[in-house]
Amino acid sequence: MGRSRQDSRVRTPRARRRIAVVAGALASASLLAACGGASAGTSSGGDPTITLYNGQHPQLTQAIVSAFEKQTGIHVRVRTDDGIVLADQILQEGSHSPADVYLTENSPELMLLTQHNLLAKLPASITSQIPAQYNSPTKNWVGISVRVSALAYDPALVSSAQLPASILDLAQPQWKGKVAIAPTDSDFVPLVGAVIAKYGKQAALNWLRGLKDNATEYADIESVVAAVNKGQKAVGIINQYYWYRLRTELGAGNTKSEVYYFPNRNVGGLENISGAAVVASSAHKTAAEKFVSFLVSAQGEKILASGDTYEYPVRPGVAPNSALVPLSQTNPAVLNVTSLGNDLPAASLLQQAGLT
Amino acid sequence: MAGVDTPTLERRADHPANGVARPAALRRLVSKRRRRFPWLLGPMSLIVVLALLSPLALIVIQSVQAGWSQIWPALDRAFVVTLLWNTVRLAILVTVLSAVLGTGAAWLTERTALPGRRAWSVLLIVPLVVPDFVLSWAWSSIFPSVQGYFGATLVMTLHLYPLVYLPMTAAFRAADPGQEEAARSLGLSRWAVWLRISVRQARSVLLGGCLLVSLSLMAYYGAFENLHYQTFTTAIFGELQTQFNPAGAAALSLVLVILSLLVLGGETAFRERGRLQRSGPMAQRAQQPIPLRLRTRLAAVAGVALLAGLALGFPVAIVCYWMAAGVSSALPDAVGLGSAVGYTALYSLMAALAATVLALPVSLLAVRHQRRWSTALERSTFLTQAIPGVVIGLTLVFLASRYLGFLYQSPELLVASYAIMFFPLGLVAVTSSVVRASPRLEEAGRSLGRKPWAVRLTVTLPLLAPGLAAAFCFVFLSAATELTATLMLVPTGVQTLATQFWAYAEQGVSFGAAAPYAAAMILMSAVPAYLLGHWFDRSSARGSGSSVMEALS
Repeated sequence: MGRSRQDSRVRTPRARRRIAVVAGALASASLLAACGGASAGTSSGGDPTITLYNGQHPQLTQAIVSAFEKQTGIHVRVRTDDGIVLADQILQEGSHSPADVYLTENSPELMLLTQHNLLAKLPASITSQIPAQYNSPTKNWVGISVRVSALAYDPALVSSAQLPASILDLAQPQWKGKVAIAPTDSDFVPLVGAVIAKYGKQAALNWLRGLKDNATEYADIESVVAAVNKGQKAVGIINQYYWYRLRTELGAGNTKSEVYYFPNRNVGGLENISGAAVVASSAHKTAAEKFVSFLVSAQGEKILASGDTYEYPVRPGVAPNSALVPLSQTNPAVLNVTSLGNDLPAASLLQQAGLT
Repeated sequence: MAGVDTPTLERRADHPANGVARPAALRRLVSKRRRRFPWLLGPMSLIVVLALLSPLALIVIQSVQAGWSQIWPALDRAFVVTLLWNTVRLAILVTVLSAVLGTGAAWLTERTALPGRRAWSVLLIVPLVVPDFVLSWAWSSIFPSVQGYFGATLVMTLHLYPLVYLPMTAAFRAADPGQEEAARSLGLSRWAVWLRISVRQARSVLLGGCLLVSLSLMAYYGAFENLHYQTFTTAIFGELQTQFNPAGAAALSLVLVILSLLVLGGETAFRERGRLQRSGPMAQRAQQPIPLRLRTRLAAVAGVALLAGLALGFPVAIVCYWMAAGVSSALPDAVGLGSAVGYTALYSLMAALAATVLALPVSLLAVRHQRRWSTALERSTFLTQAIPGVVIGLTLVFLASRYLGFLYQSPELLVASYAIMFFPLGLVAVTSSVVRASPRLEEAGRSLGRKPWAVRLTVTLPLLAPGLAAAFCFVFLSAATELTATLMLVPTGVQTLATQFWAYAEQGVSFGAAAPYAAAMILMSAVPAYLLGHWFDRSSARGSGSSVMEALS
């Protein structure tokens, strides 16, 4: 026992030194981080800082924000999350929300926040720049871009002649086992809302029940388009831009799938409107409106159109990404945002059909 | 100081064969002293527990306020039965597999002469930091058949077994070899000694690890979404994403709370039948690694290599593949990556410190003052482990934006949310040391004239150090990869590695651009994992018993 006592006496200082090394490493790491922090929150001299709750693709938003900051000197702090989670967050924050501007990919969450009186009215000078069909009927938000629902298909598994004329056909027995859907994706729910608006609740429910039998459910549309591209499913219900983004990532050579637009303005070709709004509790409404105004300006819309996000700008006269077919050739369904409403009826049908 | 000379177990002290039975009067005196109300630890722990459970209270309040009409549609579905079945069967299988793999690997790296022990012990901890969404994505992108129940079991086991492995290494290291030697000398086979003595000694630690696995499993989301496996958490996300129904989400979370209460009840029942026996002061000492024959050694190396390969090597390889193959893989700017690393390190560090410090009084109270109420207090902190980050996040958003405006979206609140979510990880690790730190050593220290604070510093702290370090490491690794609550609570404009990874991978299909952030996350976590392994290795070579002797003399 005497020996072990001796040993420990010799070794203890080393242990202490080791602890000191660890502590030192940790302290320097935190110091490093603190230094990084100093540069993050500051705004350039006197100009206001606004907070943007961003549900759009962060790379796209960043490009627009940088141009806006350069032009106006207004600093924009960006907080990115899923558009619907951000809407949930604004609902939880209520009148205490630190957000000034809310930007999201689908109109239903904007409609929902409007119903809760959480969005301010926009001046006509902003809303008049965009065709009325893409705006809030109550002027609480303005559209900035659209995407079109479509089918991704694998030409090796299904020929283009066999593709359905209506999205409702996918509930027919001949499609059993061949369809990929993402029923919980925030881009799928508005499609259900569109079917309800066009054909009524019962028809929509029957359609969903047919899909439940026929389709494999995926977590999100990214997985749907990837599954079709790998030949796991013949067709998948997507938004056109998922297919284009997959092709950009994989390269055209590795893209074995194609995209198909429903003919005759079928409800399957729903336009999903991405929109922006000023949050009602904003303390910097003027600066916030400036930002929304920049989003819908020719300059902002051009940045949106030039990136790899493959959304259609909605300002007249701004051309979309040249890889896209013109919006009119996709035969988008004609549906106004009010009849599309918020996602709630669609969501309860999805529950009834056992899809969520 | 009878105990010093004879390395026996306290509970066996009154066994007739033992010969060192304490006089009955002394025993009464000790037990009377132990019965005293813990005026310091009690209130401290109570405050910690109340703070930890505040999100839970808010979930209950939100459900009640929303009323039955809003909650019922979320619960009244055949779907909920499916969710229950899916969650329970997954929890059982993953827990059993993690227990087997974690215990086996811990034994091999701690107690045998496994070649490259130190390297393996680091490599086997790191998988905890491969985010579940990265791991599941790596598997399903290469093997589409990895999905559903099978896929979820595979991915979650590979992700969660370190929760058993890490505390078990600490337990094996601190084990009492005297008992094993005695059992061997009584003619038990090596295998029987392993099962009946070594694992049995570490039983409460094993149970604690299993508890963590089964509870944290319930809160995962990303992996199950990728693998098309529906659990309560995916349904909760659905409730929020398609229904804007925080009340429904809260109601589904309450089902998770009830499930975790059942798990806790089961674990407590087990624990009470086999309470850990506290070692005598000299029972811990340097252990000779058990030599392995050539064939056994090869099998052992192959085993740990396979485990580390599947849990770590495979996803890392896929990340590298995407970095090379993806078109979007323009290297991120160094400033952006550097600041993401800095913030991730800072927040995780603070969270790890906070959770470890907060866990200490709760653990000491539960072990040293074992009563019904202190046990209940300790156990109740495990309830938050099973609540998905998105629900904790939303409740903190509600609480802070309304009542603590100055804290909302501040680093402090984010750190607090991590500490709340990962407190149970810290607690289990701290407790694994506290049960081994005999209060008799402190009593001895006091009797030798040391002041109470000096005893705490020179006796208690060194005894607890391995557990504190493990707790720190656990919380750090988990916080560094947390995503859903981070997205809601991180200061606006700040990016962490997880949010950057998500911004590229989850928001789109730009896996190439996301890959460097995943790589940075794994690399960063390797640092604490390595330090921990290194430090443990040295301290076990020293033998903690002798350092205690030095402290006492």
